Amino acid sequence: MTDSKDSIIEVTDLTKYYGELLAVDHISFEVKKGEVFGFLGPNGAGKTTTIRMLTGLSRPTSGRASILGFDINQHLVEIKHHIGVVPELSNLYDELSALDNLLFMARLYGVPRDQRSERAEELLKIFGLEDRKDSLFGTFSRGMKRALTIAAGLIHKPEILFLDEPTVGLDVVAARSLRNLISNLHQQGITIFLTTHYLEEADLLCDRVAILVKGQIIKIDSPQALKALAQEESVIEFSFRKEASAFLDNLAAKLREARVVAVNHNTVRIYGGVAASIYTQVSKFAEEFHLEILAVNTIKPSLEDAFIKITGLSPTVMAMEKGAK
Amino acid sequence: MRRDNWRGIYWIAWKDMKTYYLKPPAISWGIIFPVTWILAFYLRNPQSFQELIPGLIAMTILFSTTAAEAVVINFELRLGSLERLLLAPVSLPSVLFGKVVGGAIFGLLMAMVVTVGCVLFLGVRPDFLYLILVGLPSLLAFSSFGALLCVMVREVFEAQTLLNIPRFIMIFLCGVVYPVSAMPRGLQYVAHLMPLTYTVDGLQHSFSAGAGAIIFLDALVLLGFFIIFIFPAVHILSRKFQ
Repeated sequence: MTDSKDSIIEVTDLTKYYGELLAVDHISFEVKKGEVFGFLGPNGAGKTTTIRMLTGLSRPTSGRASILGFDINQHLVEIKHHIGVVPELSNLYDELSALDNLLFMARLYGVPRDQRSERAEELLKIFGLEDRKDSLFGTFSRGMKRALTIAAGLIHKPEILFLDEPTVGLDVVAARSLRNLISNLHQQGITIFLTTHYLEEADLLCDRVAILVKGQIIKIDSPQALKALAQEESVIEFSFRKEASAFLDNLAAKLREARVVAVNHNTVRIYGGVAASIYTQVSKFAEEFHLEILAVNTIKPSLEDAFIKITGLSPTVMAMEKGAK
Repeated sequence: MRRDNWRGIYWIAWKDMKTYYLKPPAISWGIIFPVTWILAFYLRNPQSFQELIPGLIAMTILFSTTAAEAVVINFELRLGSLERLLLAPVSLPSVLFGKVVGGAIFGLLMAMVVTVGCVLFLGVRPDFLYLILVGLPSLLAFSSFGALLCVMVREVFEAQTLLNIPRFIMIFLCGVVYPVSAMPRGLQYVAHLMPLTYTVDGLQHSFSAGAGAIIFLDALVLLGFFIIFIFPAVHILSRKFQ
């Protein structure tokens, strides 16, 4: 848990039922000012439902939440002045140009008349859309639509930006570009609350991650701390010039304190043991069997390893896009 | 907060006018359909056409406002743009009222075209003050009526289909082409439960001399219908976002 005095979002026992279905199950967490806080979980975990409750699109069944000290049930309109929301769906107006969409949002949020155009032009420039400012939103690519939707969420200079699955459906290049934009926003001091089911996205962008499964928060920590949880034993990978798999039993016999696993014909991984001792023994073994070592790598656990260890879920569950069966 | 809501209503109505007025469903049901009916009645009997003008203006208001609501509400429900509006610092009733105003302005433009056309080409001389007195509450009543039915469904075609049931019932029962007073007593009772009856009645008085207090009563009843329609519409829309 964070120190509550610098918390910008505080959630206690937040719960949401849709009829009989429990979508969010008594979750509690805090988000610190200026951090990127990620909600990581498979589809149907309750990530979007949580964002919808925090941004006023859905009413909690029970529990409390406050944003910037304002209770979400009592001061929603006040809260909306301070937050920007980018829904999973890029839902601006196809019939309006990029510039007109931003100007409409500026008007709706009460941006003063003399600042609207300047702010809209500034955002179009930041998001690389200044050349397309007069093009209709409906003619944009998915990546451009996403970028403009984020720009619309920033038109009133919010202190907190909610991003729901920001890179879903984007190609690799557009997703990378968008992640860079999110990093830049973070550097500008905007608190970012994002949901994602992409493990590498959470690892790259988030200061802290809450792992959400079946409506419950299983764990909250930094990606580094989560990965450390998965690091139970050292893993060293050796690549040899010649085929080494034939000598696997010999190697295993020498390294009694460790497990030897072939990755492919030329590469083996050694789990456990003391790293320095393993390296010395494998070097001697390589000399003995005339196997030249090409590369040695220490394998660090990924957030995916941590996720699997913490949740017991298969990573394929996370790879499924929304709507996929 | 009140300022946020008024600003929201104004800009939502402005955006809807700019974005949706030329959408095919708005054109077909809101413009082409009333114009076709008017031309059909005119060509059938040009001599007695003047008697039908109030009813046809009322029908134009009914069709254009409700057609506009189906577009401004259901397009946005389907595409998720309505959620975008609800994320702004504007209350849900204000968002819906902005949509009702947007539909009412579309109806106003259409009714003005028909009225001005009748004045210029047929030489009729309505009392414009009375026209406004009946026209404005009618526009709000039918626009909110459209909103009420449209928030019940998701797709534009579903909304138009649902709207057609009361639209056609009202055309035949509310004095558009056949006087309510000449109908059987039972149907007259039914007619007085429908807002179009009061619009037709008020407009008929606007086109004839000596309207009197009855026109104020029509306007009041229409405002009552507006309130009756808008509250459940807000309630139903709120439930969609619970």
